[in-house]
Amino acid sequence: MTLIAEAKKMHFQEPLPLQSGEVLGSYDLAYETYGQLNPDKSNAILICHALNASHHVAGVYENEPNNVGWWDNMIGPGKPIDTNRFFVIGVNNLGSCFGSTGPKDLNPNTNEAYGADFPVLTVEDWVDSQERLVSALGIECLLAVMGGSLGGMQVLSWSIRFPSRLEHAVVIASAPNLTAENIAFNEVARRAIVTDPQFHEGHFYRYGVVPHRGLRIARMIGHITYLSDDVMNTRFGRALQRDKLALQEGHSNAQDQKYHYTTQDVEFQIESYLRYQGDKFADYFDANTYLLITRALDYFDPAKQHGGNLSQALRQTKAKFLIISFTTDWRFSPARSQEIVKALLDNRCAVTYANINAPHGHDAFLLEDARYMTVVKNYFEQL
Amino acid sequence: MILDSSKQIEILANLIPPNSRVLDLGCGDGAFLEYLIRERGCFGYGIELDDENVGICVKRGVHVLQLDLEQGLKLFEDQSFDVVLQIDTLQHLKNAEIMLKETARVGKMGVVTFPNFAHWPNRLSVLNGRMPVTKHLPYEWYDTPNIRVATFKDFQSLAAKNQLHILEAFGMNDNQRIGYFSNFRASTAVFKFTAQITSPE
Repeated sequence: MTLIAEAKKMHFQEPLPLQSGEVLGSYDLAYETYGQLNPDKSNAILICHALNASHHVAGVYENEPNNVGWWDNMIGPGKPIDTNRFFVIGVNNLGSCFGSTGPKDLNPNTNEAYGADFPVLTVEDWVDSQERLVSALGIECLLAVMGGSLGGMQVLSWSIRFPSRLEHAVVIASAPNLTAENIAFNEVARRAIVTDPQFHEGHFYRYGVVPHRGLRIARMIGHITYLSDDVMNTRFGRALQRDKLALQEGHSNAQDQKYHYTTQDVEFQIESYLRYQGDKFADYFDANTYLLITRALDYFDPAKQHGGNLSQALRQTKAKFLIISFTTDWRFSPARSQEIVKALLDNRCAVTYANINAPHGHDAFLLEDARYMTVVKNYFEQL
Repeated sequence: MILDSSKQIEILANLIPPNSRVLDLGCGDGAFLEYLIRERGCFGYGIELDDENVGICVKRGVHVLQLDLEQGLKLFEDQSFDVVLQIDTLQHLKNAEIMLKETARVGKMGVVTFPNFAHWPNRLSVLNGRMPVTKHLPYEWYDTPNIRVATFKDFQSLAAKNQLHILEAFGMNDNQRIGYFSNFRASTAVFKFTAQITSPE
């Protein structure tokens, strides 16, 4: 049975105070819901998204049958998060480019697009805005908040900021903060965007242009970090692009195995793949959103105000946790998930932890893996 | 963990004070931990590496942590549990002695069980020139996951070497506790111990 999703929007008039000290005036949040909220409103699960995703978590739109939600393998009727049982909420984060108020929207003070003037956001700000949506939907306590990667950081933040508003926290392929290497990757991506001549210091909308080049390179770098060396080697290895093209044209023995000795053309298949991913991304993603979201990742560090002590930061937490990591994820390695597990153990919290032996690197959290799906399914079945 | 009768579960559960905080190393499918939670009001976590077992534990609602015991217990603070269990786990560990020390460091009390290689049918088999294949040691020598074979007496000397105070030691056969000549008569060895100078009782 295909789940039909419907994008909704809620307007919030009350200004939102941000961690930076700035205030966001009125704003919209785009969201979707799946399944039915039960009479005592105890079956709601909030899904937090990562870098480039949105509120479109599951199902397809009636008039766009190919536009499948980003976590459709996890959420839906009969799936690990079974929408026959649970009321699932997908929300688009502020600053995004998919419906919630973001840099592309009009700044009411200038009547121009916010662009670079959109306030800098943090994970905490997102969680505060999500809490308002949850309250507006009449839900006092969420059964669970769940997310992967940056989404997992939001879950962690929920458990700290609103300890009595969630029963379960499901944190997948995430980390309690970014390492220097992770910040470094983000910075390279940001520099690629900011130094694109079409960026115009973030006000490119005025000029009717888009910093495609910067976005492409940002995405290419990001994409490398989401995969594992093994997966890249299995999928592409050192295969040459022209061999692939020749095969497609029907020349079965077309592998000439010869280099073309070019420095600028695509030679290896991996190059073609990254360029394709970059092009696709640059066509739909907003450059200012990319800067804002990677910055939110960099800033996230709930232990910071506790002298770096994560156990202290999680002291108020009441939720029961399910933590999942993937063995080949080097962007958010299992060791980082285990830091969260340790902090929860120190606080004598209920925690279940699965370290899934999957080859796909960080991307594994979005992919179908029987062990991964079983753990999530079994966890929710026993609730 | 191989506890093949409810009687065995009961015998071992009786070693664990009600409402204890328990860490079960190599908790298998989580059945024993679930029993301790349900019947004895314990709170606890199980450590298990096998994917299938982890899935079953999650289904039971047992807090399982998928960690490799060969890496030690670095996520756990000193004396942070009332009881640390190694039920039929020790014989699978390369670092059996380190894990015994870790068990005593993290737990105020440790409970260890393992197949007693000195059980008389095993002795008989070795006397006949063959490694034993029995209900409790069901594997051939070339495919056994039991990389450590030890006897009741061997453990006593390892415990002494590590300055562990044995609070209780007995053997167990299918459905009963063996009180004397355990090294000879029991298929399973059971030890309850503490690293503390004074016993917690």
